[in-house]
Parts: sequence; structure tokens; C-alpha cells
Amino acid sequence: MEKLKYALFTGCTAKESTPEQLMSTYAVAEKLGIELIELSEASCCGASHLQDYDDFLSLVLNARNICYAESRGMTMVTICNTCQLNTAMTKHRLDTNPELKARVNEKLAEVGLEYKGTSQITHFLYAIIDDFGLDKISDMVVKPLSQFNIAPFYGCHNIRPSELQNESHKSAENPYNPTSLDDLIIACGGQNVDYEEKNKCCGFHVELQAPKTAAILTGNALVGAIDQNADWMVTPCPLCHLKLDTQYEHAGHAVGRDTKIPVLHMQQMVGLALGCTPEELGLQHHVSDVNFL
Amino acid sequence: MSDSITTKNVTFKVFRFNEETDYLPYYKEYNMEVTSEEVVLDILDRIKWDHDGSFSYRRSCRHGICGACAMKVNGKATLACKENLHSLTETFGDELVIEPSSLKRAIKDLIIDKGDFWKKHDQAQPYLIADIEEHPEMECAVSPSESEQLLEADLCIQCGACHYSCPVVEINEDFMGPAAFVKAYRFEADVRDEAHVARLEVVGAPAQGIWDCVKCFECAEACPKELNPIEKITKLHNMLFTEGVSNNPVAERHAVGFAHSIKKHGLLDEGELVRYSEGNLGVLKHVPVAIKMFRKGKIVMPWNMPKSDKLDEIQKLVKSSSTSKY
Repeated sequence: MEKLKYALFTGCTAKESTPEQLMSTYAVAEKLGIELIELSEASCCGASHLQDYDDFLSLVLNARNICYAESRGMTMVTICNTCQLNTAMTKHRLDTNPELKARVNEKLAEVGLEYKGTSQITHFLYAIIDDFGLDKISDMVVKPLSQFNIAPFYGCHNIRPSELQNESHKSAENPYNPTSLDDLIIACGGQNVDYEEKNKCCGFHVELQAPKTAAILTGNALVGAIDQNADWMVTPCPLCHLKLDTQYEHAGHAVGRDTKIPVLHMQQMVGLALGCTPEELGLQHHVSDVNFL
Repeated sequence: MSDSITTKNVTFKVFRFNEETDYLPYYKEYNMEVTSEEVVLDILDRIKWDHDGSFSYRRSCRHGICGACAMKVNGKATLACKENLHSLTETFGDELVIEPSSLKRAIKDLIIDKGDFWKKHDQAQPYLIADIEEHPEMECAVSPSESEQLLEADLCIQCGACHYSCPVVEINEDFMGPAAFVKAYRFEADVRDEAHVARLEVVGAPAQGIWDCVKCFECAEACPKELNPIEKITKLHNMLFTEGVSNNPVAERHAVGFAHSIKKHGLLDEGELVRYSEGNLGVLKHVPVAIKMFRKGKIVMPWNMPKSDKLDEIQKLVKSSSTSKY
């Protein structure tokens, strides 16, 4: 197989509050022999809030980010669900609306860029499932996670709206019963835990303006996993991770339960199974301690 | 042949509950041969007519117009008269769980008390507010491009599928919900309407309004008419800024703060966004968590804030492409 190469859109969180996510992404890519070229010119995607204030500006900035993947002739890989949704949504709107695309390109021309629509945009989770393959990951596992019950937490912006999401990757995901992350857990030798909240919202986006709503949603997710005897949780989204990992105490107060459970990034889980060290995966950066190793 | 009728055996687990006689709901199981022509409503009718006359559900038009037969199949909101059973089994397997749109509002079997839905629908002032003369000389003209602004919001059938799929409706009883917002948008986008600001004040208010939307896209997934409610919610957000309606400063600054930060760094300055949104006093409540995060190397100090390469390009685009003011 030819070496897989992607343009990596890190997003902001991986550079700030979840450094462990970026470390583990590179550690796993190295183990799998995937080359990641960082889009160092990329700006913030607006995180689904900028468009509430200024929709056109959000489109222009996201289109600019895609331009840099296009100029490298590569598929863009995201490691944050919200980056994935915002970028893929921009691509969809521009690819289906020539008038809007022309208006955006008029602005991009001012800095010598043009959005063409030639690059695909996919989340790292689907890149490794679709392009690398679960069977191959399974073959490469050196430390199977067979002792662990692992609860997958999918994150809204990777599974909804399904019509848009399923344009971005080959393996069709059912938003009411997603399976990709479960399959990845199994490929790593772990036992996947089924629970009602696995495809629900963590509340991250209203953390500031509606803290009670956000805390209850996070609490429900943590309790859902704990009640199904999960040893730990895993998520492909750093924003979900921030809620589940750093806010578990608030969430516990909101739902009246002890909600402490380790939460790993999907890259950290794969990294553990492939034999990376805890330090390489940044497990020391978690607020809810990773205490099972 | 692709157009020949096929049959398959399907197990239905049907939610049963009678508010007047039952303490708790229960599920009754039926095994049935289902043809490739049948929709969920056909099965409900067969259960009622052939097995149990007391089984209750709402139905009326059978054409996806009245919205009466909204319910959930394996958690997916749908209209019973629209959803083909064979395609449902392709998605969910041969065991289908049929439940009311909202379990906690069940009165009898699949019939729910939709009172909260209608109350919130009314709150959106779902009618044209305009001072129109009794005997006008001219008709009230709306151009095709102006009517296109309504998007498809006018096609909502008030079935409640999005409303009862919304996680915020479940936990915040003040939240108006996606259907009410679609309705509000329908009249906000109507050029004849004269109550734009008054309605936006309702729609933008804390707790009840659009700022409490968690952006989970459950509504977009649920709508059987594919009206994409969250798209209308975004349009309403934009209208709050263009009309200058401001009654939720934390949420508004949370959106505006992204533009400020991108202009300065290209990337989002997470710490500064929280400070800008909450204000210098409000930010203090985040200090305990921030300290824990700092200890784990999760906080970037202002002097170490990373910047995008080619920041000048980003700054130029923010300047030339901004369409909103705050």
C-alpha cells in the first residue's frame, strides 16, 4: 500500500487545552506509517459560534483553510468534530452553490487564493477506518485492551447531520446507532460498552451561556457510561473531551452522582494498543486522572 | 424483480401505558409478517384492528401533512405514515421499538400531552403582525426572491419530531425548542411583518431563546420534512446582530469573541474568549477549573499564545469579509 498522506487541520484546542491530543495523533500516525503535513496557515474554524455572528466571514475563513489542503493536493484530516463539521459544511455549501462560491472566491482572490473544491475533508477516525483499515490496525496491536470495558462517546458533530457527514467518509454511520468507534475499540482488543448516551450531546457549546444545561448533559453521559460498567470512555472530539474530563465535578453536582471516570482521546486508545508509552500519548495531561495503567 | 412485493418477519416492541390505570409503562411484543409496501402506520392499524382494540395512537391524513402520527422508532423520530418498514429494518435490524415522541409525556400508549409544544409555539407569535388597512388600494406584494427568504420554514407541519428530539427541551422547561424557532423565523423573514424586533427579543432571551441551543443537530436529523431547523436558528442569530437586539451579553460576546481572537492570532485564544464573554468579574467562577487545568499543562499563557502562519492574510480577510457589527 502506498503511504497515506494527509493535510492535518489541528484546530485550536489541540494547540492549547488538549495538548495530549496532538501528541497522541502524531504518535499514532507514526506507528501506522501515516504522514501528516500540518496546515500551519489554518485559522480557527469558528467552532459553530462565529457563524452566528457573521456567517459570511465564517465561510471565507473555512474556505481559506481548505485552500491550503487543495494547494498541497491532499485530503484534509481533522481531529476535532466541530472543525470537521464546520469545514465539511463550508465545502458542501460552496460546492452546491456557485453564486456563493463566487462571492467567497472574490474575497479569497484578495490574498491570492481560490477555493476549487478538490480536497476531501475527513475526521482522523474515519481516515484510519476507511483508508488504513480496522483489520490492519488489529494486526498491529501489541498490547490488546482486553481487560477493559470502554464506552465510546461519539460527539454530535461527527455523526449529525448524517446526510452531510456520510458525504465525508466511506463507511456510512447511522446517527441513531453509530458503530465506527465501537469497531475501533474492538479492533484494539477492548470490550465496547453500549449505553444510551453514546450518540448524545455533551453540552460543550453552551458551557458559558447555559452552564446548568451543559453540566446536566455532561453528567448524563458520564453516568450513562459508569452505569454500564465502563472502565473508561473514549471520544474522537477534543471539545467533548474537555467537558467530560475537566468538568466532571460540575457535572457530578448537576446530576447528583459521582461522575469521575477516565476519558481518553481516540488517538490515545489506539496508541496504547499499538504500544506507545503513556508519556508519548500525554496521559499526564488529564484532569480526571488516567489511573488504570 | 425490484418492484415485486417481498415480505419479512419483524418483531415489534410497542410502548404501552395508560395514565389512568398503570403505574408504569410496559412493552408488548408482536411478531408480524411485513410487506415491503407497508409503513409503520399500517402495523399500528393491524395491531389495533386484529389484536388489541384498546391500543391508542394519533393519526389522520396518512400523507405526511397533518403531523399527528409523529413517534419514535428505535429512538429515531418519524411520521408513522411516512416511514417504510423494510428500510427501517435495514437500519435497525429486525426488532423495532415503537415509542411515543416523548416517554415522559405519554398519556395513553403512543398519545402524548403536547401542551408544552403548543405553548412554546404560541410564544413565537406565529402569525403576521402588520398594520394593514381594511380596504387597501394595492395588494401586499411579496417578490419571489423575498418569499425565498422564508427558506422552507413555511412547510413545518408542527409534528413535534424536532421538539421532542431536542436535548435542551428535555432538561430546560423554559427552552422554546427548534419548532418554535422555525416558526419565529418564518415570520421574521416575512417582509410584510412589522414585529421583527419584538419577536427577536423573545427569541433571543436567556434560557428560553436560541442562545441555549447546544448545536447538536438532533433537530436537523429528526425533521421528517427535512426543514433543517438549526439552519433557521443560525439565521435568527444573524438577525439578532443585524437588528441590534441584545439581551444576552455573555452569549453574544461568546460568538463575537471568535472574530476578535481570529483577527489577533488566527487561532482562538481560549482563555481570552472566556474572559471576554464573561467579563472581568464573571470569569472568576472559572478560576478553580482553570487552576486544575493549568496544573495539567492545559492552559496556554497569553505570552505563549500560538499564531497561524500567514496571519496577515487572515487579518486582511477578517477586515474585508466581515458583514456584521457588534
